[in-house]
Amino acid sequence: MSAQGAEVRGAVVPGAGAARQGTLVGAASADGSPAGATRTMTYLQAITDALRVEMRRDERVLVLGEDVGAFGGAFKATEGLFDEFGADRVQDTPIAEAAIIGTSVGAALAGLRPVCEVQFADFVATGFDQLVNVAGKMHWRTGLAVPMVLRLPSGGGFAGGPFHSQNPEAWFMHAPGLKVLAPSTPADAKGLLAAAIRDHNPVCFLEHKHLYRRVKGEVPLGEHVEPFVARTVVAGDELTIVAYGAMLHLAVEAAARFEPGRVEVLDLRSLVPLDEDAILASVRRTGRVLIVDEANETCAAGAQVAALVADRAFSDLDGPVRRLAAPDVPIPFSPGLEEAVLPTADRIAEAARELLAY
Amino acid sequence: MIGRAVLVEDPHPPTPDRAPDAASEHPPGAVPRTDDRPSTAPRLTLADREALLELMVGMRTFEERGVALYKQGRTPGSFYDGHGQEAIPVGAAFALGPDDVICSPLIRDMGAHLVRGTDLTEIIRHHLGRDNRLSRGREGNVHFGDPRKGVVGMVSMLPDMFVVAVGMAMAFRLRRERRVALTFFGEGATSPGAWHEAMNFAGLRKEPVVIVCENNGLAYSTPTSAQFAVPPAERAAAYGMPGVVVDGNDVEAVFAVTHAARERALRGDGPTLIEARTMRMHGHGSHDDARYVDPALLEAWRGRDPIATYEATLRGAGVDVDAVRARVLERLDAAVEAALATPLPDPAGATDGLWATDEPVPLGRGDAPWSGFAPAPPEPAAAPEAGR
Repeated sequence: MSAQGAEVRGAVVPGAGAARQGTLVGAASADGSPAGATRTMTYLQAITDALRVEMRRDERVLVLGEDVGAFGGAFKATEGLFDEFGADRVQDTPIAEAAIIGTSVGAALAGLRPVCEVQFADFVATGFDQLVNVAGKMHWRTGLAVPMVLRLPSGGGFAGGPFHSQNPEAWFMHAPGLKVLAPSTPADAKGLLAAAIRDHNPVCFLEHKHLYRRVKGEVPLGEHVEPFVARTVVAGDELTIVAYGAMLHLAVEAAARFEPGRVEVLDLRSLVPLDEDAILASVRRTGRVLIVDEANETCAAGAQVAALVADRAFSDLDGPVRRLAAPDVPIPFSPGLEEAVLPTADRIAEAARELLAY
Repeated sequence: MIGRAVLVEDPHPPTPDRAPDAASEHPPGAVPRTDDRPSTAPRLTLADREALLELMVGMRTFEERGVALYKQGRTPGSFYDGHGQEAIPVGAAFALGPDDVICSPLIRDMGAHLVRGTDLTEIIRHHLGRDNRLSRGREGNVHFGDPRKGVVGMVSMLPDMFVVAVGMAMAFRLRRERRVALTFFGEGATSPGAWHEAMNFAGLRKEPVVIVCENNGLAYSTPTSAQFAVPPAERAAAYGMPGVVVDGNDVEAVFAVTHAARERALRGDGPTLIEARTMRMHGHGSHDDARYVDPALLEAWRGRDPIATYEATLRGAGVDVDAVRARVLERLDAAVEAALATPLPDPAGATDGLWATDEPVPLGRGDAPWSGFAPAPPEPAAAPEAGR
């Protein structure tokens, strides 16, 4: 990981303002790809590009979900795909998450590679059974592969309220047989989504809504896949901040408030599989760790990271394992209330300062 | 009726107590007889009919042995049987071609596995928790399918696999393949929301799916009177598909309606809901004495046992029924012996295989024993032309 980390060091550059003001612009490098052409894309455009490239590459790939056809999806992630690939491969469905997910399982068993869009990640609860009891257990039980992707627009920060702001990734982490990805940059959004489509397992792809149009970066054109591993985004020697998704950008912003080289930021990118080696290697070197989740605190992805560090890097620690996460309440609507529960760059920096002084 | 005394002013009075006469709500006489069969019934040869009997006897003989093995403590977990319902899985699966899939045979559908040709010894190993290639001991009782035979195993949440079957059918339609997906579920499984979603998807998109609802009158202990206001077949029209009621104790009738439903699906006209009416003659599982069932109801249905009636018919047609039973028993004895000699799975393997790492292998082709699927006899070879 260290070699890769060196290549991407500083890849995400915080913008001039706080993320909440909508000015965060990251410049993701085309790490790992040959010196091919890139284009500046938003996180959302990168997702559309991944779908387009993979659908051109493999005719088994199809997209289905509510309003994803001619309308292009609630967030326009599938815009243009209906015109290029037609109604069979870009399917508008009734409002029925269990059937969207369940028929995708069936299509996958029959040799297709469905990518279903759940309009908001929060709504996946209505199709949960098909995911955790049918798709997740299928290969272990029967030897049958279920190659499908569930695109889950997740996260808060824009007054979405309790039903349009959740980060439900830990639900899926707890269900054996599901891979869980959560990219933070446009290049990763494309590369991880393409890799998810090529994977032979059900993959939950948590794409953060608040990053859709607020994060831009250089994205490799054409085929681009990323491995399901973590990445060191900022290098440092005294503290590791572990984050993913939208929190990654706040962590980078907080790290920039300290002298360069002190605070390391690790972007998990993949929650299942969890890149344990990268986490442990970083924490063993810095001796301190702060783990940031936008999700509700109890049993969040960060809790798993904390348990890992406590179990296997205890003797390397110079301070307590610290976590920052949303408290265990639904995400409120009113901006002031929402601000009160979601982690901010200020709170991350404050926690980092305390740990560095420990 | 709990709380009735304090509900005197309730604007929504509780419904009256259900009639205790279970026989009146699920009488065998209400099942349509053979005159409801499609007028263009497919032809069954005497060999086909003997095969149907042998498959039904095979299911019952296996399940009777299964109950015994369970009560002897040799089968871990639980055991479920479909005594009295053999005509449904056998008759329905018999109408399928080799490329069709079953997603999935359920708790009373052992006969469907036998029609598709799944190895009996492997099935018994699976039930006993022995090492086997159907489930590797990770699953038990009715939770299995043989992908090599185009069969996907069930999950416990019903009717989840109906939704999956609709997705498989969608793939067949998109690829313009001439094949159908057949799904089974009980009448109780028509209550969850997933059933509505699957019915709506299937009807809306005219998916080539054959839907077999086994109405055996009971969902565990719950009678149909406490399950729904409208029988499943009547609800089919609301989803844009025909609903067909068939006598679930008549194997040839089940075969005929399934054949017609398959033909309809292959024509591109969409799904059919077949409601096969029957009676659950045993408990929900071997642990359940079913004392909640009216004995008079069971007695009324016992006279319509699908095997006994068919056996009498075929005996009259000259079939050596005793020889059929002897063949079944011989195969079963050999399979049980082989299964009991098989070791348990290696505990070290309990956590492997969670992830698929290789390119998925397509489902295989199942046996399709009906003579209607036999390849046409070859044309007589033309005489060689002169000069060749």
